Parts: sequence; structure tokens; C-alpha cells
Amino acid sequence: MENLQVRIWRGKENGGFQEFEVPRQESQTVLDVVTYVQRKCDPTLSYRFACRVGVCGSCAMTVNGVSRWTCRTHVDKVAEDNKVEIAPLRNLPVIKDLVTDMSEFFDKWAKARGRFAGATTRKDGFAPVSPESKERKRVDAGIECIGCGVCYSACDVVTWNKDYLGPAALNRAWTLVNDVRDTERAERLAAVAGDAGCHACHTHLNCTERCPKGLSPTAGIAGLKRAVLAATLAGEI
Amino acid sequence: MSRRSEVLLWGAQRISAMVLALCVVVHLITMIYAVRSGLSGAEILGRTQGNVGWFAFYALFVAAVSVHAPIGLRTILAETFNWRGRSANVFSAIVGLSLAMWGLRAVMAVFGGGQA
Repeated sequence: MENLQVRIWRGKENGGFQEFEVPRQESQTVLDVVTYVQRKCDPTLSYRFACRVGVCGSCAMTVNGVSRWTCRTHVDKVAEDNKVEIAPLRNLPVIKDLVTDMSEFFDKWAKARGRFAGATTRKDGFAPVSPESKERKRVDAGIECIGCGVCYSACDVVTWNKDYLGPAALNRAWTLVNDVRDTERAERLAAVAGDAGCHACHTHLNCTERCPKGLSPTAGIAGLKRAVLAATLAGEI
Repeated sequence: MSRRSEVLLWGAQRISAMVLALCVVVHLITMIYAVRSGLSGAEILGRTQGNVGWFAFYALFVAAVSVHAPIGLRTILAETFNWRGRSANVFSAIVGLSLAMWGLRAVMAVFGGGQA
């Protein structure tokens, strides 16, 4: 099998691409390629990964211009003319090479009140929530987010509006808005309202198209828009 | 601008979009129907002037445009040109008021029989 021609981003924002040749392997993932480069070609290459099996959300990068989780992305599916270009995620500051500073990404989860607030203690019993209830089904649709940042990187609105909370934080807020045990619904709806919140979404669906877990943050954001408007008209926020 | 105002603007843009969708369809069908056999301007004016129903329809059309366009323009200014804040709000409001003024002036001329 012919060697793969790989271009990998080096340095910070003002860095550039460096070229490497990597032997092709069967079922080779993009993360395998990056790991080969670091172990065999240049040990100073910085990148981030942990589980290697699509659970932890650490290894997201931009591959041939598209945000992807690299551990579950096969080279066969993304190589163009036996070439792969690997860059850090978009919309986040680059620390070095393929490593981005994800502080703002997670800070926005906090701004969107992404933390559950309950009224019970560990001494109380379980809250009965029917799996068939409308709210529980909405939670199910969005709860599997692994926080990889692919949606944030793919989102045009984040590029245009740096204050925009982004798809992942809003998806998290939507799961909590539908959590019948949560006690901060009104505060959360207020936190995700307005120009930096759900109403800034243009429904481009980039997040839904790129989410490696097959979630639809767009649907959650649409739900938030309606819920926030209803709460505003009702004078709750 | 407060978050409450932002949310209400979003709501106003959504509702005006629904009105516009209906108005555009009715307008296009009417235009195609009216000119299918070559009506003259005088004939069209003869049918529209004094017609309260069409006057109300096009006044609603203009109102929806005047609400919808400046809210969208404000967002475009913010996202494309990074122009935000009071000056952008005032500019967008002036555009909206201008659209309303010119639009209603045209509606008055076509349906009310006044001077265009």
C-alpha cells in the first residue's frame, strides 16, 4: 500500500503545515496516523487523546477541513488522493500543534447553567421519571454528548459571534430544561436567551451534520427558542 | 439591549416571517393572474383603487416587511461587520421606519388613489 501523504498543523495560530509520510495500514484511523507521526517522525508533535474508542471526546481535530473525532475516523473514508490534512479544531485558541485551549468551550457550559440543580438529598428516594414521558425522550435525544467540541468547531455562528454559547452548551441546557427534577428552569432559560444564546442560532445544522454521536443540537436549540419565548411572554424571565 | 428585548425581537421576526410567507404567495399568485392576458397599468389601478380588502392586505405586507427586515439587518450587521450596540440598533430602526414609510406611501398611491 502506498504511503499516506500527511500535512499536520504545527505551532500556534500563526504556524503552518508540516508534511510527513506515514505507512498505510488496514483499518487505520486518523488518530493512528497522528500517533505514528509523534512516535516515529517527530516526538515534539503535541496532540490530545485518551480512550481511543469514541468515549472521552479528547481527540477531535479538523481533518481535510472537516471537524471530526479522529479515533473513530478511518483514513479510508477521509483521504483524498492519498492525502490527509490534519489541523486543530476551529473556533478555539491553539495552544500548540493539534491542541486547542478548550476553556471557553467548557466555560460556556457553565454560563448556560449546564449543572443540574436538584431539591433532594441522597437520603431521598429515586424520582420516578417514565421513559415514555415527553420530557424524558427529549433528554434521551441529547444526553449522549461527549463534549468533544466538534459541533463548536463546525458552527459558523461561533465564528461570527464570540459570545455565542455554542451547540454543545445549549444542548446540555436543553437536557436540563427537560429534566423534571431540576429546580432552576427559569434561571437556565434566562441564561440561554438572547444574542449570545439560542436565538443567535441560524439553523445551519452544521452541528447536527458533524456530531459524531449523531445528536441534533439544532433540535434542542429550536426547543430552547420556543421555551424561552413562552417563558418571556409569561413573564417568568 | 436586554435579553427580554432580544427574545421579543426574535419572536417578532418569526411571526413577521410567517405573515410574509403568506403575503408573498398571495402576491405572486395575484400578479401572475392579473397579467396573464396583459393588463395595462391603468386597468390594474382601476381594479385596486378603493378596494379596502387589497389595501388592508398590502398594508399588512408592508408592516411585516418593516418588522422583519430591520431585525434581520441588525443581526447581519453584528455578525458580518461586528457593528453592535446602540448605533446599530438606531440604524436598523431607521431602515425599518423608512421601509414602512415608503411602503405605505406606495400602498396609498395604488389603493387609495393618491399621488405616488
